[in-house]
Amino acid sequence: MAVEINKEKYRSQVREVVLGATSAEGGTRSHTVKVGGEAALPFLHFEGAIPNRPVIAMEVWDIVPEEWPANLKDPFADVISDPAAWAKKCVEEYGADMIALRLKSADPDGKDAGAEECIANLKKVLAAVGVPLIIYGCGKTEKDNTIMGPLAEAAEGENLLLGVAEQENFKSVASAAMAYKHSVIAQSPIDINIAKQLNILISEMSTPLLDRIVIDPTIAALGYGIEYSYSIMERARYGALNGDRMLAMPMIGNVGNEVWTKKEANISASEQPSWGEQAERSMAWEATTAMALVQAGMDILVMRHPQAVALVKNAIDELMQDNSY
Amino acid sequence: MIIIGERINGMFRDIAQAIREKDPKPVQEWARKQEAMGAGYLDLNVGPAVADRVSALKWLVEVTQEVSKLPLCLDSTDYDAIEAGLEVCKNPAMINSVPAVQEKMDRVFAMAAKYDAEVIGLAMSEEGIPKDAESRVALAMELVANCDAHGISIDKLYIDPLALPANVGQDHGPEVFETLRQIKLLSDPPPKTTVGLSNISQGTKNRELLNRIFAVMAMANGLDSAICDACDEELVAAVATGRILLNQDIYCDSYVNVFKSQNQ
Repeated sequence: MAVEINKEKYRSQVREVVLGATSAEGGTRSHTVKVGGEAALPFLHFEGAIPNRPVIAMEVWDIVPEEWPANLKDPFADVISDPAAWAKKCVEEYGADMIALRLKSADPDGKDAGAEECIANLKKVLAAVGVPLIIYGCGKTEKDNTIMGPLAEAAEGENLLLGVAEQENFKSVASAAMAYKHSVIAQSPIDINIAKQLNILISEMSTPLLDRIVIDPTIAALGYGIEYSYSIMERARYGALNGDRMLAMPMIGNVGNEVWTKKEANISASEQPSWGEQAERSMAWEATTAMALVQAGMDILVMRHPQAVALVKNAIDELMQDNSY
Repeated sequence: MIIIGERINGMFRDIAQAIREKDPKPVQEWARKQEAMGAGYLDLNVGPAVADRVSALKWLVEVTQEVSKLPLCLDSTDYDAIEAGLEVCKNPAMINSVPAVQEKMDRVFAMAAKYDAEVIGLAMSEEGIPKDAESRVALAMELVANCDAHGISIDKLYIDPLALPANVGQDHGPEVFETLRQIKLLSDPPPKTTVGLSNISQGTKNRELLNRIFAVMAMANGLDSAICDACDEELVAAVATGRILLNQDIYCDSYVNVFKSQNQ
């Protein structure tokens, strides 16, 4: 007698979010990127469709990232002071699916660049690559609120993924996305209740935005509490598959930023001999963190080191092979 | 707990009149209103005073489907009327209801298999409603066995342990809760459960309070759905809260509104 294997049945699926816009859709991208749409837990192809592979956005800064260690700067040495050339190299040489442009120049404690300068850099990057873009501000909320509107307006119709809307500060980013046809990153502090509430708040501003939200559940580097992020992601995904419309969004994680700002990525082997060589250790740490998150259902990984990107892309290729029966 | 909206029923004067005059407006208004309040199903009952129940139920199905995508719960003791309704349902519907009486089960489960319908089974027989939980569970088991014999997945069977008005059959209350718990042990997957909620408060002075408290107590004992007043704000809020406390929905500050809008 044949053994019948029980398969989990789900009521619903994750929303599919399209990023970028081609000329036919009002933008200038050479193609769009689709994320989400999962009808089963990660890579359980035998239980439901996994229509879109997780994508990797490589991070590009609009200033030279002085604090990056040498082994992270080296792959970009020839382009590191030119965001357009840097982005182009990420796409053409390192296979980035998207570019995440971080407008560090706006930092009021640094260069304190205004919206005009940020717009100029954004336009240069848009012209240099055809892939969809993610835009992050400098990370200082007050300043970012002043530049996100003008940036969104300057790139009207491009369907950028704008970062970040938070519970106490979502209106400027969400209204910029709404007015100028972009998508939005809804970021919550490792808290599923806030993740859900934030999506509700954004959808109350504009119902169509529901299909243009990507959840950033806030992730941590491996060893820094990634298990908390992992369990939030798992719960959100279970909710989505069981019909919770307000958690049925694809997810994004800032892998590079979490890994490369920690001491384990930066301290040399001479200071900590038991940790091994810094160059190999840091790169492997970024790849391993990313892989844990891919397994948990991350749809967009924002990463830095080209070698880590290549390793993760290879692993995703394998995970996307159909295992249905 | 899933709310099966009870309002489209010929017992109510506006619906009886709508059926008589073939005026879809009141029916469609109540369909929209109940859906907006979080109903997951719409119960359709032509009421006692209609001469031609077959054509009346068919008409109710047609006009309700024009404005709502919710699954319909066809509520009649006249199985010809239910079959006529099932024929015109665009989506799989629910049959309300069948007692544990052999010839009735034969007809209803065959119909359910044919139209891919869910079934509400009543824990009662020719002898009426049992007094204790054990007899109710025995009848529930008969329903489960008959459902299975027709090749219908048991989770499409909703067993109603039958709650009596609190001022008449007070001693039935604990038996109903016990029955709800035991029904979940009958099979794997277990049957689902339902009650006619407004029944518990029939003829009392505190109808809404009794309905609401019974609903959350029954939820805690395994109640999956109830035929009830979807437009009772406090009841809907209590059900939404019960779902949170039973970890059936993920909490967020606006959880009551999320519950209401979930099927829209």
